[in-house]
Amino acid sequence: MLDCTTLEMLKEKAKEIRISTINEIAHLGKGHIGGAMSIVDVLVYLYYHEMNIDPSNPKMEGRDRFVCSKGHAGPSVYATLADKGYFPKDWLLTLNKGGTNLPSHCDMTKTPGVDFTTGSLGQGASAAAGIALGQKIKGEKSFTYLIIGDGESQEGQIWEMAEFASTQNLGNLIAFTDFNKQQLDGYTKDVINMDNIDTRWLGFNWHVQRINGHDLNAIDDAVQAAKKVTDRPSMIIMDTVKSWGYAPGVGIVSNHSMAVSEADAKSAIEALEGGAK
Amino acid sequence: MRDTADLGNMKDAIMAAIIDLATEHKEVCMLEADLMTCLGSTGFKKQFPERFFNCGIAEANMVGVAAGLSSMGFVPFADSFGVFSSRRAYDQFFLSVNYAKQRVHLIGTDPGVTAQVNGGTHMPFEDIALMRQIPDLIILDPSDGQSCYELIRQAYDSGHSSYIRSARRGITHRYPVGTKIELGKGIVLQDGTDVAIFATGETLVNEATKALEILKEAGVSAALIDLHTIKPLDTELVEKYAKKTGHILVCENGRYAGGVGEGIAAHLAKTCPTKMDFVNVGERFGEVGNLAYLVKAFGFTAEDIAEKAKGLLK
Repeated sequence: MLDCTTLEMLKEKAKEIRISTINEIAHLGKGHIGGAMSIVDVLVYLYYHEMNIDPSNPKMEGRDRFVCSKGHAGPSVYATLADKGYFPKDWLLTLNKGGTNLPSHCDMTKTPGVDFTTGSLGQGASAAAGIALGQKIKGEKSFTYLIIGDGESQEGQIWEMAEFASTQNLGNLIAFTDFNKQQLDGYTKDVINMDNIDTRWLGFNWHVQRINGHDLNAIDDAVQAAKKVTDRPSMIIMDTVKSWGYAPGVGIVSNHSMAVSEADAKSAIEALEGGAK
Repeated sequence: MRDTADLGNMKDAIMAAIIDLATEHKEVCMLEADLMTCLGSTGFKKQFPERFFNCGIAEANMVGVAAGLSSMGFVPFADSFGVFSSRRAYDQFFLSVNYAKQRVHLIGTDPGVTAQVNGGTHMPFEDIALMRQIPDLIILDPSDGQSCYELIRQAYDSGHSSYIRSARRGITHRYPVGTKIELGKGIVLQDGTDVAIFATGETLVNEATKALEILKEAGVSAALIDLHTIKPLDTELVEKYAKKTGHILVCENGRYAGGVGEGIAAHLAKTCPTKMDFVNVGERFGEVGNLAYLVKAFGFTAEDIAEKAKGLLK
């Protein structure tokens, strides 16, 4: 359980990161707003409270690592990294423009602070397992944090990784599923049903928890519990709402990548500033 | 430099190179996809158990894990049959390794018809074409044990990722230790003035070597080049022999489309248009059989090569 000061700080940060994310995408006029917004709370928790990192030394030896395997959530990752000081905030308005260091999908060769390149779904998961394995070989006490999507979990590579990570007893790998129940073509239940996602991970011998992914205290409790499990990797399934914090995108099928007008952005930001989600 | 003359199989040369590198560099690690006993990486596992990982029959994950390990400063060698290393794990090798500028050495064994009795399902004819699409990747197709050993070490030293294409069983001892073997530089096995044969890989270099005798008897002055490095292509040597002979024959244990022959033809089209012909698998899928049968079935014999070389001179 987070203390009140920390909780309030993280809530404020989550609001700021959501506003920055909306601004990035609105400046371009279109983007992956849905899946970027649904992971903001866990991003904020990891970057402002949990991970051992140093923005002034992005490649610090022994640091915790973070892989956003659902690479299309780049905009909220970038908003977080910019706020942490990995690069100037004015880069955010270059999102997806020619020559930018902030491409649509996370790219470790371009963006300071990005620990691994992702974009082809499923691939970041295996890379994260390799990173966790490398930390283990080196005898580091560090952790690798991984976010995958629920739609992404339809990729076979996710389950190849799942069996590998549990076989290797990667207790330092803590993964999150952003279970927002939507994917590009609609609701997961209508495309590929993911309702038994908990039992799938249990079946692969992972430590599994399920939480409200927009509840910072629940995220804290789950991460701290996961860190105590050293003999197998952890999966924290986060029930989330796609586009959470950008009201025009909530509850619609087309929110994976959608047009974001300046007017909609303005009203969504005003709502966030007024205390709404 | 290690002498590989006492080794009985190409896989022994591969593993000798990797184990020597692992002895010298603590960053070297090895990943297998349930083919440890096929390649003989059991020796690596025994010697460096903390750096050996059997990823099971899951090649995509294996290559992704290798990429993650690379980002942690390790230099992984990952192994499977060529069909799986190339076709099955291609997106992972393309993106997680090469696009992400990581450093992984991917071994694809049993190239072309050398898969023999495993048959068409296990015959990579497309791996050269696939791997040639990846910027800055080194592609090796060594023709003997010594060059295999030395080129793997040179690929490691280059700092690039590589795709290592090699048969496992049997071995040709062509180059005595001390022979100048240089990554990216073809080896001129015989000089000639009428036609130049560029052959890649053990099977085709062996057959092309025998073809030289046939051509000599026919009064043809043929050059033979062992093109052990497919990428980067030795364009200097290609141009030299195009100018010198005016006739180029390219022999490869794989498909024409996207292959070595097409690559050389494209280069010469720009720099020195030259009459060419090609020995490759054409439009066929693989099939089962022993090497002698398959070499004949796919038109890879010394006689086939000599006929094509002579045909160029008509």
